[in-house]
Amino acid sequence: MYFVVAGAGEVGFHLSQALLEAGHEVTVIEADRRRASFVQEKLGSIVLNAAADEGRAQMEAGCSRADAVIAVTGDDAKNLVICQLAKHKCRTPRVIARVNNPKNEIVFKTLGIDETVSSTRVLMGVIEQELPSGGFMPLMPLAGSANEVIEAEIASGTPPAGKTIGSLRLPTGALVGVVVRRGKLLHPDEDTKLEVGDRVIVFSATASESEVRKALFG
Amino acid sequence: MNVVIVGCGRVGGFLAGLLDSEGHHVSVVDIAAISPARAERAWFQHLPSSFKGEPILGDGTDLEVLRQAGIEQADAVLALTEGDNRNLMTAQIAKKIFGVKRVIAKVNDPVRAQMYRQMGIDTLSRTSILGTLLFAMLMEDREVGEVLVRKALAHEEEIAHEPVKVR
Repeated sequence: MYFVVAGAGEVGFHLSQALLEAGHEVTVIEADRRRASFVQEKLGSIVLNAAADEGRAQMEAGCSRADAVIAVTGDDAKNLVICQLAKHKCRTPRVIARVNNPKNEIVFKTLGIDETVSSTRVLMGVIEQELPSGGFMPLMPLAGSANEVIEAEIASGTPPAGKTIGSLRLPTGALVGVVVRRGKLLHPDEDTKLEVGDRVIVFSATASESEVRKALFG
Repeated sequence: MNVVIVGCGRVGGFLAGLLDSEGHHVSVVDIAAISPARAERAWFQHLPSSFKGEPILGDGTDLEVLRQAGIEQADAVLALTEGDNRNLMTAQIAKKIFGVKRVIAKVNDPVRAQMYRQMGIDTLSRTSILGTLLFAMLMEDREVGEVLVRKALAHEEEIAHEPVKVR
C-alpha cells in the first residue's frame, strides 16, 4: 500500500520507518529543511521538504493515489486541515489524524475526520488496564541494577489473603521488605500472616514483575 | 449584534474597535503568546482604549473558551489569527458545532480559502484581496477599490486621532 505521512517529528519518523519495514511505499512530508534532510539520511529519499497543509505539496506527494494520508504533526489544527485537504482536494480514500489534545477527538469527528489517534488516550487506556483495583504499582527501579520496588495492596479473595509470607509463590530472589498495616510499619518474616488491606513493599528483579503480580493476585 | 472575534492582532483589534464604537457587543479571544509576566499589558494591545467589550484569554479552538466568549449567543464569529489552520478550525467549530449563522475566516493561502469556501465556510484571503486591489490601482481601474479605500482611510483618520490613556 501507499501511505503519505505528514510531519516527520518523532511520531512521523518512527511511523514511516515501521511502514517501510512492513513493506509499504511511503512519502513523508516535512516543512523543516534540516529535519527533512536528517530523515532522508536515515530512511532514504522518501522525504518531500514542503508544507503538508498546502494543496500543492499534497499533489506533489501523490496524495491522490495514496491509500491513506496520516497527519501526525504536533499541531491539531494543522492535522485537521491536512486531512480535510487530502479528503476534498485529493480524494484520498482514508485519512487519519493524530490528536494531541484528547478533547479534539470529538471535534474532529464532527468535522468529518472519522479516524483519529490520541496518544494521551492510548496511554491512559494502557495504564488503567495495568492497574487493577487491588493496586499493583511498580514504584521505581533500583539504580544500577535490574531490580525494582513494587507496592501492592492485598485484596480479598486473592491467594495471599490470610496466608503467611512463607507460603507465597514469589519468584526466586523476590522479597517482601515491609508490610504497612493500618498505617504502621511491620517487619515481616516467613510466618507473618497477611491481612486484607495490608500494603506490601516487594523487592524483585524487574524481569519477574509478572510473577510477583501472579503470586499476589492469582 | 453579538460578535465573537478570535485573534486580537492588528486586524482583530481594528475590527473589534469599529464594532464596539457602533454599539455592538464584542468578545475578543486571544491566546497568551508571550510570557505571562509581561503579558497583561501586551495581550490586547491592539484594542482601542475605549473598548467596552470583553477580552478573553484562551485558545480559540477550545470549545470551553468559545462558550465563555458567548459563542452560543453569537450572531457572527470571525477567525482572524495569524494561523490559517487555526482560523479554519475555529470557523468550522462555530458553524458545525455551535450553528453560528455568520462565520468568516481569514485565510492567507488562496488555495485553502477557495477549497473551504466550496465546503461552506466563508473565507477572505488578504493575499488575493490586497493583490487584486493593488493591481487595480496600478491599472487605474478606479471602480474596483474606490469605496473600500475611501472607507478604510476614514477609519484610519479616526484611529489616528483616538485619545491614548497615559499610565
